Amino acid sequence: MNMHDPTLETPGPNASGRTLLGVRNLKVHFPITKGLLQRQVGTVKAVDDVSFDIREGETLGLVGESGCGKTTTGRALLRVVEPTAGSVTYYPEPDLAVDMLALGKRELRGLRRDIRMVLQDPYSSLNPRFTVSQIVSEPLRANNIATGSELEDRVATLLRRVGLRPEYRGRYPHAFSGGERQRIGIARALATDPKLVVCDEAVSALDVSVQAQILNLLSDLQDDFGLTYLFVAHDLSVVEHISDRVAVMYVGRLVELADTAELYRRPKHPYTAALMASVPKPDPTLRGKSRRHRLQGEVADPANPPSGCHFHPRCPFNDGDACVKQAPELREVAPGHLAACHYAERLQLAGIAAPGAV
Amino acid sequence: MRPDSATPLIEVRDLRTHFFTDEGVVKSVDGVSFDIPRGKTLCIVGESGCGKSITARSILKLIAPPGRIVSGQILYNRDPAQPPVDIVGLSQRSQELRAIRGREIAMIFQEPMSALSPVHTIGDQVSETILLHERVGRVEAKARAIKLLDRVGIPRAASRFDAYPFQLSGGMRQRACIAMALACSPKLLIADEPTTALDVTTQANILDLIAELQAEMGMAVMFITHDLGVVAEIADEVVVMYLGTVAERGDVFSIFRDPQHPYTRALMRSIPRLGEAGGRLESIRGIVPHPSNRPTGCPYHTRCDSYMPGICNRVDPRLEDIGDGHLVRCLLHSDRETPVNAGELAR
Repeated sequence: MNMHDPTLETPGPNASGRTLLGVRNLKVHFPITKGLLQRQVGTVKAVDDVSFDIREGETLGLVGESGCGKTTTGRALLRVVEPTAGSVTYYPEPDLAVDMLALGKRELRGLRRDIRMVLQDPYSSLNPRFTVSQIVSEPLRANNIATGSELEDRVATLLRRVGLRPEYRGRYPHAFSGGERQRIGIARALATDPKLVVCDEAVSALDVSVQAQILNLLSDLQDDFGLTYLFVAHDLSVVEHISDRVAVMYVGRLVELADTAELYRRPKHPYTAALMASVPKPDPTLRGKSRRHRLQGEVADPANPPSGCHFHPRCPFNDGDACVKQAPELREVAPGHLAACHYAERLQLAGIAAPGAV
Repeated sequence: MRPDSATPLIEVRDLRTHFFTDEGVVKSVDGVSFDIPRGKTLCIVGESGCGKSITARSILKLIAPPGRIVSGQILYNRDPAQPPVDIVGLSQRSQELRAIRGREIAMIFQEPMSALSPVHTIGDQVSETILLHERVGRVEAKARAIKLLDRVGIPRAASRFDAYPFQLSGGMRQRACIAMALACSPKLLIADEPTTALDVTTQANILDLIAELQAEMGMAVMFITHDLGVVAEIADEVVVMYLGTVAERGDVFSIFRDPQHPYTRALMRSIPRLGEAGGRLESIRGIVPHPSNRPTGCPYHTRCDSYMPGICNRVDPRLEDIGDGHLVRCLLHSDRETPVNAGELAR
């Protein structure tokens, strides 16, 4: 496959434009087994032929509904789940390419210093028998980055940086609130001075007032440390707020990818437009304006996806022919705007109006 | 006196539900008053731990020990011509409470998988509600259950009658719960975060379904949520709760256009809105204090931008009417200057 697909190369406002991680034709399939002999009776195509680039310094949002494969995609990049096929190439330096999927266990461990994760549930992602200090210092000890008093200093600096008081480092996670726990998780992710952080629903479990604090913290840390984020989430307004570019997934496939403002104002895929119409707007005077665009049915089962375009059974523009028979390719339909729909150029879809235009 | 049609269906008056734990008394609901109008939608909004779910459960007396409703009234005006029933005063075993629960006031929950029995078919669970509350035979109950499942949008309802909850998707399970709740045409549906666990496209369909059924059956809906977007979409009346108290209440348009409590204002500013990308969000400093460790005076003063030292930390504000049924519990809107008296402190 072509490594430098020109359609995937428009820099976002925060990005230097250089590709940090290139994902090509990524597939993650899980077998469905049955009976005593664990005979394979089917395959869940959780991620099915997904390609995108993450550029240095940007925040790439990855949105979709439950079961669309967004979390599996994020995990496959770090090989927390092993991809079935495809390639993930990491470029630590502009002319150094590392094939992530070819690495052995030891080399992979080294690379996991550069690519870290922040997980959704701050209650289950921290070991309750470890103190905050042990949690945050573990990646430093495991990678032999620091020991002794240097280790202690780094933990204190990290805790201060994420807005926690270093005096509390001896406490256990249950002594902290959800927002504070998420800060501990962020400090742990930042301990090894990573380049890329995969945030998997990092603010979904938090209350809105705390969610705002964590989103602001993530933006500050990005500016200070030059971090790149892959921000996996289901909340369209949170993703719009934090992302430079946004990718939309549906049943294992990428259906649209564009700069944030472009994607939200001028969606080219009917699924993206339907998602936006479904989000309740916090303004009672807009009530009922989007009622007519409700999607019928439910997200398809990735173990038994529909033929052709996976979205066709719910799509209001289904033509009953090409949509049913042929899977549309993700292609450039406007400069820097990729969509996987046979009719992307011809459809007039409503996005979100710019502020002031309402 | 109010005209009969204006009598609210439910009047909650100074409700206090406390939990007597080993670590001390947790005042989950502490002096909450509001009305649920007939046929309208009341949204209770607040962050986790504000007492919104406990308030909802108190209305059906679904409070398990160590929790207890310690004082207050929940007046149920079944018939405006009759004197109201105080639900707080009903015994758990009384016929009257059993008749109200599930029949006149029904409830749906956040997680439909745990609200449904995993070992009974959804059809059996819907018919059970009908058999329990109405004098009908099995055959008729089944016919009505199928009709209900069809009405709430479960495709091929007759064959899905024999489906177990695990065979259905989250949205379909919530529809089955709604069918069960509506089996006896309740006067009030209490919905405790019914769409929080669902995807946005499914949420939109469930919200539409509840609105349609409400218009058809004329029931009132009490909707508990933390999502201001959902509130804006469906509410007629809004109650904003903070730490077991009502911070502000009023009709949905005045709450969104002209929020008066500093907490409501801060909440509105802290949500990212579609179409307004980038920039910093205004967050509320600090975190919600633990209900067992409630601040003195106004419960919000530790996080408030308009905190007046010497007043807010000493005086417990009352819910003040600022006109047009818009009520605010904030000392900025009060002439109350004197510190709390001993009686209030003791409570």
